[in-house]
Order: sequence, then structure tokens, then C-alpha cells
Amino acid sequence: MNERMVQLDVLRYDPQVDDEPHFQHYEVPCKEEWVVLDALNAIKESIDPTLNYRWSCHMAVCGSCGMMINGEPRLSCHAFLRDFEGVIRVEPLANFPIERDLVTVADDFIDKLKRVKPYLIPGETRSIDEGEYIQTPAQLMKYRHFSMCINCMLCYAACPQYALQPLFLGPAAITLAHRYNLDSRDGGRDERQQVIATNEGVWECSFVGACSEVCPKAVDPAGALQQVKVASTLDWFREHLLPGDTK
Amino acid sequence: MSRRPFVRPVSRTRWYFKHPRYLRYMSREVTCVFIGAFTLLLLCAVERLSEGQAAYESFLAAIGGPWSALGLSIVLIFVVHNAISWFNVTPKALPVQIGEGFLPGRFIVAAHYAVWILISLAVLFFAGVL
Amino acid sequence: MAKSNKPIVWSLFAAGGTLAALLAPVLVLLFLLAALGHAPGLLSYAQLHAFAAHPLGKLFLLTVIALFLWHAAHRLRVALHDFGLRQDRIVAVIVYLVAATGTALSVLYLTRI
Repeated sequence: MNERMVQLDVLRYDPQVDDEPHFQHYEVPCKEEWVVLDALNAIKESIDPTLNYRWSCHMAVCGSCGMMINGEPRLSCHAFLRDFEGVIRVEPLANFPIERDLVTVADDFIDKLKRVKPYLIPGETRSIDEGEYIQTPAQLMKYRHFSMCINCMLCYAACPQYALQPLFLGPAAITLAHRYNLDSRDGGRDERQQVIATNEGVWECSFVGACSEVCPKAVDPAGALQQVKVASTLDWFREHLLPGDTK
Repeated sequence: MSRRPFVRPVSRTRWYFKHPRYLRYMSREVTCVFIGAFTLLLLCAVERLSEGQAAYESFLAAIGGPWSALGLSIVLIFVVHNAISWFNVTPKALPVQIGEGFLPGRFIVAAHYAVWILISLAVLFFAGVL
Repeated sequence: MAKSNKPIVWSLFAAGGTLAALLAPVLVLLFLLAALGHAPGLLSYAQLHAFAAHPLGKLFLLTVIALFLWHAAHRLRVALHDFGLRQDRIVAVIVYLVAATGTALSVLYLTRI
């Protein structure tokens, strides 16, 4: 296997010592087929064991290793070294506070995710004797691509509206709400709309589209949010212009 | 161990220089200035039209000339930019599901371009240009 | 957090954006031709007056002016926020007031034709 020296500038921050983050330069012998995460593992194993970062699966499934790589939100397990030239700049995910080195504080996202109730709220309750909630392939296709989200938060790091207005619910949370709203087995749309059809919900989005460009799972959050806007607009006219419906 | 998370500052006025895609987005957003300006010109035309032939013809004379042409050319570039960026994202907002699949987005975009061309030709024909 | 009332302005923005995408380029082109000294027949006083005198012509002009204005107003509100102007409430009142005034004026002028 070919080996070559790869240079990385990694943003370091030690909350007990540093007042602000600073870049540290590393030169790492790397194999041709490695990804950025492999380079970080090599640094931690043989150069600098104090480097902190999150990772788990190494196969773009767990969503833990998101970082800014040359200014772009990427999964570091999905960013091949051979695609980069010169010094690779590695920073923690943008728009989240830095806990330490490349580790960010994800509490805000987790809290928003909980608020949109991203789980099935059955429209009709069935006993076990009555069997499964049946769904046709066509009903599944309606939301399947939105269900591929791995909560990696790259879309939050790419979204300028989240950067400018941290109260914004953000791409992934609203997309997951939409995913369950579209599910034929679900009956929780009214509850979720109370959360997402708000000024700090979908209406903070201005359709920059960056979320969909950086999504490693082709979920297309930007599309989901525009569809939520259309549906919420139809709701509004139904609720305000049709007689009898005072919800 | 005490936590002391570091919050990186975000520029409220220059954030869009951080990535080419943000500049692309802002170029789309500023098309509204040109659409707004052109609509005010249209409103002006209707106002002069309501005041009679002399008023309207002096308006037509006032918008003639190279500087007007230059200004309207710039407006044209931005309204075309709005049209293209608008049509290109229509499949995201209005996907068309057929059975167990989705109609490929390029067909939805192409249909919009076709309607755009047809309407433009129809207006040019109606206006006596073609 | 209550549900938002932005659907009112967003629906006008979206309708206006679609109409502007379909019609604005060719309408600007007509005026550009006029500026270059090749005014299309439609922009002559006689033809345009006849067009605007017809109820369907009035409806067309009103729809174009009103929806274009509301589209531009709403997007300008968002853009000003993006450029760093954070007084969203004041900006919103001003841009929508301009759009509403323009709409009212176009109705007024068209009824005089």
C-alpha cells in the first residue's frame, strides 16, 4: 500500500487552559485509501493522545463524526484523503459550541429533535390481536428518503439561518417531523404542526438549500421544508377562511 | 471538571462571504430589488396611461435612450436569474409521486421551462414583436 | 409558540415568484425594446390603452403589478435580514405597506382607464 505524509491543521480547544481555539499542525503518515477520520485516529494513537473527537461506526451510518473539513460540513469517515491537496483544515461542526477540540455541544439539536415528536403517534390504536399497521410500498415511498436521516447535524452546520437565529428549529428536526406527518400510520400531525408551523419553525427557513447540498444521506431537508411550508399554508387558509373549523 | 463551551462568533453582515453557495443564494435574493423596481416602472406606465396620450408618450420618450437600455438590460439579467433559480427548485417544493416512485425532477423542471418559453413567445406575438 | 401567520405573505410571495419567473423576463424585454427605439406595437398608446380598457386587460395588469410587488416585498424583507438588518418588524411593516399602496394605486389608475 502506498503511504504518504498528509498535513492537517486541526482546531484545538481545551476549556481548562485556552481562552479561545487555535489551530495545531500535524504531519501524519497515511495510507492512500484512508479517510480524514483515519488520519485523526493515527494522530491520537501515535502522535498526540490528547486530541478529542467523536466517532463510532466509520461507515457513514452513526452520524457522530461530522466536522468542518476545509470549511465544508462533512462526515470525516466519508472524506477521502486522496480527494484533498495540501494542508487539510479540520474544525468542529460550525454553529455549535465547542466542548473540547473537535467535540461540539449537541444539546440544542437534541432538544429540538425531541420537541417535534419524531416517532409514530398511531392514528388508530390497534390491539396485538388485530395485527400490524399495514402500509403499502407506495405509502412507504412517500416518506422513505426523509427517514434516512442519521442526525449527523451537518445540515445545521451548513444552515446560515440557524447560524443567525439559533432559535430556528432547523433542517433535520423539521424534516423528521415531516417524515412522520407523511406516514400513513401516523395521526400526530396536528401536535407536530403546533411546533413546526411557527415563526421559529419552518418559517425561519429562507430556502438557501445548503442543508440538502451537504446531507450525506441525500435526505433533501430543503425539499422537506418547502413541502411543510406549502402544507402549512394550506392549513392556514383552511383554518382561517373555511367556516366551522375554528381549530 | 468544569465545562466552558466556546461559542464561535458569527458575522451578521458578512456571513455570506464564507462560502460560494451563500453568495449564490444572495444573488438570488437580490433579484427582488430588480423585480420591485421594474414593477414600479410598470405602475408608472399605467399611471401615465390613465392620464392620456400626451402623458403616456412623454413617459415612453423618457424611458428611451442608452442609459435606460443599460438599466433594463441589468434588470433583464436579474429577472432571468430569478426565473431559472425558481424553476430549478420546483421539484423540491412540489414533488410528483407516481405509484412507488417519483417523477424525476428534471421532467418537472423541463415542463416549467417549456411553459416559460411558450408564454414568452405568446406575449411577444401578442405584443407585435414576432 | 403559536402557529405563524406568515402563510398570508408567503402565499403571495410564492404566487408572485412563479408569475415573475414566467412573465417578468418577456415584459422587461418589451420595455428594453422600447428603450432601444423599437417599441413593440402593444406599447403604443392606442394599443395599450385598448388593452387596459378591457376588463381582462385590467385584471392581467392588476395581477402582475400586485403579485410582483408582494413577491419583491417579502423577499426584500428576508434579504434585509440576511444583510444584517435585524429590525424585522419595522422592515416588514414598511415593505408590505409599499406593496399594499402599490396595489391600491394600480386599482385606482386602472379604474380611470
